[in-house]
Amino acid sequence: MANIVQFENVGLRYGSGQETLSDVSFTLSTGSFYFLTGASGAGKTSLLKLLYLSQRPSRGLIRLFGEDAVTLPRKRLPGFRRRIGVVFQDFRLLPHLSAYDNIALPLRVSGVPESDVEAPVREMLAWVGLSDRVEAKPPTLSGGEQQRVAIARAVIGRPEILVADEPTGNVDPDMAERLLHLFDSLNRLGTTVVVATHDFHLLGRIPNAHMMRLDKGRLLDPTGSLRFPPVKPGQESDA
Amino acid sequence: MSVRLITSAADRRLLDESRGTRAMTWIMAIMLFLTVLAAALGLGTLSAASLLDHQLAGRLTVQIVEPVDRAREAQTAAALAALRQMPQVTKVHQVDRAQLAELLRPWLGADGADPDLPVPAMIDVDLGVGTDATVARVTRAVLAVAPAARVDRHEAWMSPVSNFMNMVTWLSAGLVVLMAAATSAVVLLAARAGLESHRDTIEVLHMLGSTDVQVARLFQRRIALDTLFGGILGTAFAMGTVALVGLQLAALGSDLLGGLTLSSRDWLLLGLLPISFALLATWAARFAVLGALSRIL
Repeated sequence: MANIVQFENVGLRYGSGQETLSDVSFTLSTGSFYFLTGASGAGKTSLLKLLYLSQRPSRGLIRLFGEDAVTLPRKRLPGFRRRIGVVFQDFRLLPHLSAYDNIALPLRVSGVPESDVEAPVREMLAWVGLSDRVEAKPPTLSGGEQQRVAIARAVIGRPEILVADEPTGNVDPDMAERLLHLFDSLNRLGTTVVVATHDFHLLGRIPNAHMMRLDKGRLLDPTGSLRFPPVKPGQESDA
Repeated sequence: MSVRLITSAADRRLLDESRGTRAMTWIMAIMLFLTVLAAALGLGTLSAASLLDHQLAGRLTVQIVEPVDRAREAQTAAALAALRQMPQVTKVHQVDRAQLAELLRPWLGADGADPDLPVPAMIDVDLGVGTDATVARVTRAVLAVAPAARVDRHEAWMSPVSNFMNMVTWLSAGLVVLMAAATSAVVLLAARAGLESHRDTIEVLHMLGSTDVQVARLFQRRIALDTLFGGILGTAFAMGTVALVGLQLAALGSDLLGGLTLSSRDWLLLGLLPISFALLATWAARFAVLGALSRIL
């Protein structure tokens, strides 16, 4: 299976401090599902920022969609970013826009005609269980509802890669399961999914999901071949 | 590179307009008020200077400065005859003794009317075309028959006034340019402040794949509209003020100040100023936003 992401000896340092990520090397196969775990401060969010092109690494090589993302000209970044859906840990919803408008943003940014926006947005609202909160603005939504809007916004453009940072941190277990099911459905449609989470209960919910674990900025299992719960040799299958 | 101002209703909602104090609208109203006043002054003095030039061009006064009455009268008659024969001369008029006495009254009082006072004879001359060559030819012709004659061009008398008006016109043009520069500077600052206050929104838009031009367009539109609305307001007040001042000047009955009038073309130019400034503001905003965005990933 082709690699959609490739990191080689990637290091990330903010300012003149210590490296937040050191010698990170891994590949992500197209259409696979990955969990990224690690303690707080291990570097999960930093690694995700490199993945969704919010940061450039201090060193190393990153290939995304078969192209060198480190030296990618700035003007080509929007095109790449439109192929990546992101669920931010702090949601990053625009507080003055309704749930509907927040979810519609990626489509509008991509230039989708207004007549083609409503149906997918309403479908996404229904999918995340917020059909009755169409006009609600983020400050009036609960944490869980905001998270669901953020997830709907990330997946509405059918991205090739979905990057989610603690996407179930603010929802109850039932909703967490529903959202994970949503990610799984998207994954089955071909999207490569990377979910950073602390929630070990989630890890066993996606069959064939790979697990990457960060510790103090270093990737412990760079092949991403570990599964949770661990599978016996011979039971592994390519994701 | 296109500058698209028309954005969809959804695009217009992207920047939180409720946060803005709309101070830009009022600043632009004041800027345009001052700019239109300066431009009106420039156009008015340009018009007055042009009227003055038109009125003075080709106008001469011939003085026969001869103390002996008989000789003065003979030379005056000869000069009048010579002038009337010249095709370049359209009008010849001898200023009579009573008019001269009136002209001298401020300096000599009633003595100016004394018939024994040797006052030079004066002839007003209008030329069809007041070129230097024509004036020289007329001067030669007059001096040939009236050696005591002095020929004065009205332009020469009024040149300080004309120079002053030209200076005021250039000063006004300079003020308009300065106001345009100040407007650009205000827009640059406003755009940068806007970027700062909408940093979170811009970051999200970038992460979702917005191009810099898409983001810049949001600011361009907003600043262009603020400038246009404020500009129209300021221009309307300024034009009202200019019209009022025009009425006051007309009531003074002064030929010179009466020349400070605006033609319909001038009013049109003043009316176009807010549109010009809105376009200028649009480009300044685009320049500022694209410049600032290029420094973020």
